[in-house]
Formats: sequence, structure tokens, C-alpha cells
Amino acid sequence: MLGSLFGVVFDGFAYGMLLFVLSVGLSVTLGMMNFVNLAHCAFAMIGGYVVVTLMNGFGWPFFATLPVAFVVAGAVSVVLERTLYRRLYRASDLDQCLLTIGIVFVSIAAAAYLYGTIQQPVQLPAYLRGSVVFQGVNFAVYRLFLIAAALAITLVLVVSLEYTRFGAQVRAAVDNQRMARGLGINVDRAFAITFALGSGLAGLGGALAIEMVGLDPGFAFSYLIYVLIVVSVGGLGSIRGSFGAATLLGISDSAGKYYFPQLGAFLIYLVMIGLLMWRPAGLFGNR
Amino acid sequence: MTAEVSAGRYRYLEERARWRGIEIAFWLATLLPFFLFESYLSLASQVAITALFAVSLDLILGYAGIVSLGHAAFFGLGAYAAGLISKYGWGEPLSGLVLAAACAGLVGYAASFIIARFRHLALIMITLGLSLLLHEAANSASWLTGGADGLQGMRMWPLLGVFTFDLYGVAAYAYSLAVLFLVFLVARRLVHSPFGLSLRGIRENALRMPAIGAPSRAHIRKIYTISAVMAGAAGALLAQTTSTVSLEVLGFQNSADVLVILILGGAGRLYGGVLGAIVYMVARDQFSGVNPQYWYFWIGLLLIAVVLLLPNGVLGGLARWTEALRASARRRGAP
Repeated sequence: MLGSLFGVVFDGFAYGMLLFVLSVGLSVTLGMMNFVNLAHCAFAMIGGYVVVTLMNGFGWPFFATLPVAFVVAGAVSVVLERTLYRRLYRASDLDQCLLTIGIVFVSIAAAAYLYGTIQQPVQLPAYLRGSVVFQGVNFAVYRLFLIAAALAITLVLVVSLEYTRFGAQVRAAVDNQRMARGLGINVDRAFAITFALGSGLAGLGGALAIEMVGLDPGFAFSYLIYVLIVVSVGGLGSIRGSFGAATLLGISDSAGKYYFPQLGAFLIYLVMIGLLMWRPAGLFGNR
Repeated sequence: MTAEVSAGRYRYLEERARWRGIEIAFWLATLLPFFLFESYLSLASQVAITALFAVSLDLILGYAGIVSLGHAAFFGLGAYAAGLISKYGWGEPLSGLVLAAACAGLVGYAASFIIARFRHLALIMITLGLSLLLHEAANSASWLTGGADGLQGMRMWPLLGVFTFDLYGVAAYAYSLAVLFLVFLVARRLVHSPFGLSLRGIRENALRMPAIGAPSRAHIRKIYTISAVMAGAAGALLAQTTSTVSLEVLGFQNSADVLVILILGGAGRLYGGVLGAIVYMVARDQFSGVNPQYWYFWIGLLLIAVVLLLPNGVLGGLARWTEALRASARRRGAP
């Protein structure tokens, strides 16, 4: 009983870390510009397909593909940001939602055209497969790797936001965009860079997600809902909040699936609505 | 003095509420399918139902500015309610429709207390969350709803005891069109009333309206409930005319589709949803041979184009164009 509880928490934590990598970029960019970017998971999907193409088409090793996934997703997002998003920074929520839903539709259709609608298979290197048994509990190696990677990313993010000049500019822009502009911070530039980094992280998340949740063209929509839950429950612009919300969501999702399989995702949505009603700005948000 | 001012105010509303020739022509044209496109009557009834759904979304989104990504919740509620009523022995369409719409309205009224408190991202997430919740509930409660297989075994009685719903869809289209027209009249009356004006005020500035004596939250609760009733009626019509309910009526795709339709036609305009529904459904029928995946490619491109180039939809673009034409005609005529 305790063993299974521990296993569920471990799996849930690994899942939560995946959700964190997928959503942290959206949280920061939403906090900065209030831009409702529903296409965030489309960038994650790009990362996933980059990995699939490089590994299955060109025989690259798994680890070599991850930086490429990051760079390609970031680069695509910058192009879209400069051409489309930029025009709608001052538009209504609705227009932003519609533009980005449009991008999601296009990306899903493009992925289905190029790769078909089936799940993409990926052959991981041998040392990432299998599992280790410790104290009678099974730990999948890939999940351990995922947790380690996510914790490393978190550390890099926190350090660069807290201790670099650029990080200070980003924090200033999240706290009060107009005041930051008044102080001479180039918010547009900071936003463009953050947007690219955040989308790149999403791409990396999409690449890491293939092994755990699979990859098909529906990815851009099916994980969007989870990402939005993390962002809105965690609070905009808060890395701490996203981390907490992602962990909470991952663990409660895997616990729900394990202990109450007949309820499905019901529990998650209920918890989300409850939390949002209690604190509309999110658990760690201050707006 | 006061009487004069208020008379002036009402004159503005009366001016806007007057029936124009083109409107009458449009509603007469909706009768054409009975004579010209008899093989497309079931499509026509789908169009009418979708138009009704889009009009219900327009009231909250276009007029009151409540962005909802989960309006399919009420459409689906109406559909399942109508389906269950007829499955368990009461197949009379009209009373079933009223009951189903009332069910959706009740849930809408309960939800409106939550909706009225939020804006921006939290509002989008809560509307989305409520519809996902219902979708999951309908999926899990397969003993009642049939789950992913859809609700089977509906038995509809003839409309008014005379007209049966058959494959040709004469009764279905007449029924859907009549309901659409009646609901449209209600929506038109609402929009051109002082209440409708204050809704537009809320859309423009939700904080300022209470300051000039219009309670924002109470107004939002009212219009949200009304909109839920209308969406429920649309869902009930779909269930009754097709005699099945599939789980997709509650899905996110359905919410997104109706949003696309409304935006395409022009939100905040009464005919926006109707026009959008006609264009969208007819186009989808024409391209039905195409893989649905690719259909969404074009819809996505269209959405991007509409947001960037035609911010008020097709109707908004038309209005701007005719405005410009008139202005240039005036300039030519003036000197």
C-alpha cells in the first residue's frame, strides 16, 4: 500500500516536472504582456517532431536532438512573434485567443499532413530504458532523468532570473510593465527574448514528453488544457507558482487515475475551478 | 425637460430597432430552401441550429464582452436533456424543447454567479473548465448518456402531432427555422433595449457602469442565463431533429467552432452569427470530401486573416466598406 502510494507520487512528480517544463515559458510571457497565447503547445509539438525527424530520419542520438528541438521551437516562435503576435499586444483577449487558436489549427493540420495522425515512435538509448528497484519500489530510469532535467532547468531559470541583469529586467516588466518602460527598460526586446526562450523550453518539453505521453497532431490541443491549468492555478509570471501548480497537478492527476480511474479527468477540472474561484489570480499570483 | 431628454434617448433605440428592408428580405430568403434546394433541407436545418447557437454566444461575447471558450456546455446540456426526455417516454418535441432549454438555463443561472465575478484569463479558464467538467461527466456516466457511443434510442413523436421528422428534413428545417426566428426576435428586442445598451457599456468598461447606476454583475448574470437557455434550445433542436446525441456536442471543438463562426460573421452584430453559420456550414458541406484535419488548416488560416485584417468579421468589413463608399459619394456630391 505504502509502496504503491510512493510509486504514484513518484510518477506524478515526474509528470508534473514535464508539465512544468512545458508551461513555465507561457507563465512568464503571460505575466509580462498579458498575451493569451493558446499556441504555446504548438511550439512544444514542433520540438517533439524535430526529435522524431532527426532520430528516425537521420539517426541522430537522442541527446543531440534535444538542443535542436529547443532552438527550432524558439526560432519558429520568434518568427511568429515578430510577424503576427506583435500586432495584437494591445488587442482584446478575444482577438489574441482567436489568432492563437488559428495558429493551433494550422499547426495540427500541418503536422497531420507531414507525419500522419498516428503516434510517433521513438527508440530511446538503452541506458534511459528499464527501471531500477529501490526499497521495493520501481523507478523508471526515464522518469528519474526527466526529474533531474527539470530540476536543472528550474535551477538555471531561477538563478538567471534572480541574479542577472536581464532577469531583473524581466522581473521588473512582469511586476509593472509601464513602470519598467518608464525606467528605460526595453520591454519589447526583453519580451521577445523571453518569448523565444519560453517557447524553446516548450519545445524541449515536447521532446521530453514523447516517451511519456506520446506525440500525435492532437498534442497541441490536448496538453494545452493542462498547461493552461498550471499557468492559471500557479499565477502569472511566477516560476515558483508554476512549479508548485505543476507538481500538484501531476501528482493529483496520476493519483486520480490510479485510485479513481472511473472519474477520469473530472477531479482535475473540479480542483482547478475550485482553486480559481478561491484565488482568481492563482495560488502564487499577486494580481 | 427630463421627458424630452428621455424621449431623445428612446428615439435612438427606436431608430436602431426599426425593421429594414434587407432584414425582411433575408428572412424571406430563408424560406427558399423549401422550394429551390429540397435535397439540402437537412443541411439547412443544421445551419439554422448552428445559427441559433452562434446568436446565443453573440449575446454574451459580442454584446456583454464575456469571452467563453466553453459555450458548448449549454448546447450539450440542452441536447442531452432533450435526448433523455424523449428516450424515457416523452417524445413530444415542443414541450421537450422547452424543458431542455430550461435545464440548460438552470445550469447557466447557477454558473452565472461564478462567471460574473471573473474577467480575463481566469474567466476563460473557468468557462473552459466548466465545459470540460460536463464533457467528462457525460463520458463517465455512460449508463445514462451512452458515453462515447452517444445516446441511442430516442423516439420523437410527430411535430404538433402531424409532421414527422424524416430523412428529407422538411419538418426539421421548418421547426428549426421557426425556433431560430422566434429566438432571434427575442435577441433583437433585447439588444435594442436599454438593457442591451448597458450590456455594451459593460463590454466597454465594466468598472464604470456600476458608477453610473447599471449593476454590471446582475446584468451579466441575466444575459448569461438567457444565452444558456438559447444555446440549450439549439442543442435540443439538434437532438430532436437527428434523434441522436453524440459526446462531441459537449467537446471543446464544438465551443471553438461556434466561436469561429461568430467571429467570421462578426461578433456584436445580430446577423453576424447567422451569416457566419451559413458560410461555415455550407463551406464545410462542400468540402466534406476533404480530410477534416485539412479543413481545420483553412479554418485556422481564415481565423488568422480575420483577426488581422477584418477585426469585426465579414459584416463589420461590409459595414466599413459601405461607409467608405457612402462617404466618397458624399464628397463627390458636395462641391
